[in-house]
Amino acid sequence: MAQLGVKIGSLHLNNPVLTASGTFGYGEEFSDFINLDRLGGFIVKGTTLEPRQGNDYPRMVETPSGMLNAVGLQNKGVDYFIENIYPELTKYTSEIIVNISGSSVEDYAKVAEKLNELPRINAIEVNISCPNVKTGGMAFGTTASGAASVTKAVRNAFGKTVIVKLSPNVTDITEIARAVECEGADAVSLINTLMGMAIDVERQRPYLSTYTGGLSGAAVRPVAVRMVWQVHKAVKIPVIGLGGIMSGRDALEFILAGATAIEVGTANFINPKTTVEIIDYIDDYCQRHGVSDINQLIGII
Amino acid sequence: MEKTDKKTIHNYMVDFLITDSISAGDDVVLLRLTPADSNVMLRDMGIRPGQFVQVKTPGNATFLRRPISICYVDDATNQLWLLVRDAGNGSRAIMDSPINSVLNIILPLGNGFSIDKSGTSPLLIGGGVGVAPLLMLGAKLKEYGIKPTFLIGAKNRNSILLKNELSDIGETYVSTDDGSYGEKGLVTQNHILSNKFSSIYCCGPLPMMKAVAGIASSDNIFCEVSLENVMGCGIGACLCCVEKTIDGNVCVCKEGPVFNINQLLWHN
Ligand SMILES: Cc1cc2nc3c(=O)[nH]c(=O)nc-3n(C[C@H](O)[C@H](O)[C@H](O)COP(=O)(O)OP(=O)(O)OC[C@H]3O[C@@H](n4cnc5c(N)ncnc54)[C@H](O)[C@@H]3O)c2cc1C
Ligand SMILES: Cc1cc2nc3c(=O)[nH]c(=O)nc-3n(C[C@H](O)[C@H](O)[C@H](O)COP(=O)(O)O)c2cc1C
Ligand code: FES
Repeated sequence: MAQLGVKIGSLHLNNPVLTASGTFGYGEEFSDFINLDRLGGFIVKGTTLEPRQGNDYPRMVETPSGMLNAVGLQNKGVDYFIENIYPELTKYTSEIIVNISGSSVEDYAKVAEKLNELPRINAIEVNISCPNVKTGGMAFGTTASGAASVTKAVRNAFGKTVIVKLSPNVTDITEIARAVECEGADAVSLINTLMGMAIDVERQRPYLSTYTGGLSGAAVRPVAVRMVWQVHKAVKIPVIGLGGIMSGRDALEFILAGATAIEVGTANFINPKTTVEIIDYIDDYCQRHGVSDINQLIGII
Repeated sequence: MEKTDKKTIHNYMVDFLITDSISAGDDVVLLRLTPADSNVMLRDMGIRPGQFVQVKTPGNATFLRRPISICYVDDATNQLWLLVRDAGNGSRAIMDSPINSVLNIILPLGNGFSIDKSGTSPLLIGGGVGVAPLLMLGAKLKEYGIKPTFLIGAKNRNSILLKNELSDIGETYVSTDDGSYGEKGLVTQNHILSNKFSSIYCCGPLPMMKAVAGIASSDNIFCEVSLENVMGCGIGACLCCVEKTIDGNVCVCKEGPVFNINQLLWHN
């Protein structure tokens, strides 16, 4: 067994495999398929200050090797999370990371402040890159100044590990990464979904109620690997890589490109055991390649 | 939807072998499948009528799985029945799977019909492949000593599905669009609807279910319908399959696919 533990800020993960927010529910949905305690950690659904109903149906359409979604951050709000969901999650031993969103800088800070009180939440992932909400979300993630202002506010409100999740819908992602590093982010994760659109030509209307949505799945992987590689070269803080990881092989692509940890998203829908299969694959890979510690592989490309 | 309550039903991911593939009309196939591992017993899964499965399409014909209703579970032979209609690449790949090939399936998913609300004279209405879940529902009702009546809608005499299987369980009435079998017209025009029923369970195309719901609510009869919203995961993780209800947006894969018509906002 190779040493698979990695460090993200002050967070020690048993292995580099996390789950991507919005694709893993609150973990419980997967407990019949995998032992959640085997994961490095799991990142739960996007949480906002107030409850949100999300966008109208239809919210999803399959596209070549991927899917477009327009869920729009449906969730019951941070207070509901703290009261009703968090207590259930504490039975797991792996790290629980909460993904947060807001429509103003103050919103982000308030949510972060509330989560800071929860002893089992050692990290938050700040979503400044959601393409599916009208205000906030991606708006903060597409300019260096917007990204910096959210990071600064969250940094002040949250004493533990802050991960900022970056949008790929920008010209130069390294510029945004540097801006959030400057404001004290402990790590960055990338990529969120790529903005896309699909049209039903027979009915002559878009598939999604919102017209545009976020592309995820295998289709986005080469874009994600490229961005992880660029950002790893541009910043000193750890990079968490995601986007189209379907297998252990794919996960290693990100690690070699510079990811300290990886997140599994859409693949969970197709094979709910993907995460643990990736952990086993990475271990086997290390042995095959004579690697005693996963950290030796990070960013060697 | 948040699901933090204690689990009573579990989900399984199982490789199934196709044991039979029977053409059932122009573009529909009835598949019978049994777990490749003969130690896996369907009767131990607590499967309820109205639940569905998520099928991994063979040869990666599609990126995501495809949801298909549980048509019937035969405990004696440990067989799962699926009735699949050609609607595109995924369903076609499932239909065309040869005997003895393997399908990876996640099951059982969703809530299922409320059998205990049927009363003594339930009417089960199915349109097209929507008749699928009614076979298991009818069989279960019969097991409980309740006599279901079936009403099935089809385009024409060649596209009537499961007629013999349903007739073995209860009286079965048919409406066809062209009148080539049974009564001509929509199911909602069938004369049998003038009889009194204690409840209605319905699965079929949306316009049909809405029309049936309208009749049930004006007669004040308990009525459940089974929705077919497009699904990403099928297990309540992605929130893509939502339906607007009196309780806000809920996941059809988790809180449904079966809904009491009073929960839905169809009348607004
Ligand atoms: C709970 C439930 C039970 C179902 N039961 C049956 C059944 O017993 N027999 C049967 O033949 N069909 C059933 N369906 C419908 C079946 O899932 C779709 O016909 C199938 O997914 C179409 O996929 P495709 O690749 O063949 O076609 P595509 O070309 O992908 O799509 C054709 C149409 O099918 C629908 N569809 C596509 N993808 C999905 C998806 N992921 N989820 C739901 N609908 C989708 C869309 O409305 C689309 O316009 C059920 C659907 C649901 C949600
Ligand atoms: C249905 C769905 C819902 C999502 N919800 C969120 C969310 O709430 N917050 C977030 O930061 N990212 C969200 N994402 C983006 C994913 O976390 C991930 O960044 C993206 O899907 C790319 O990874 P993948 O290709 O492995 O899925 C969502 C993605 C999907 C498919
Ligand atoms: S299909 Fe994913 S939540 Fe219902």
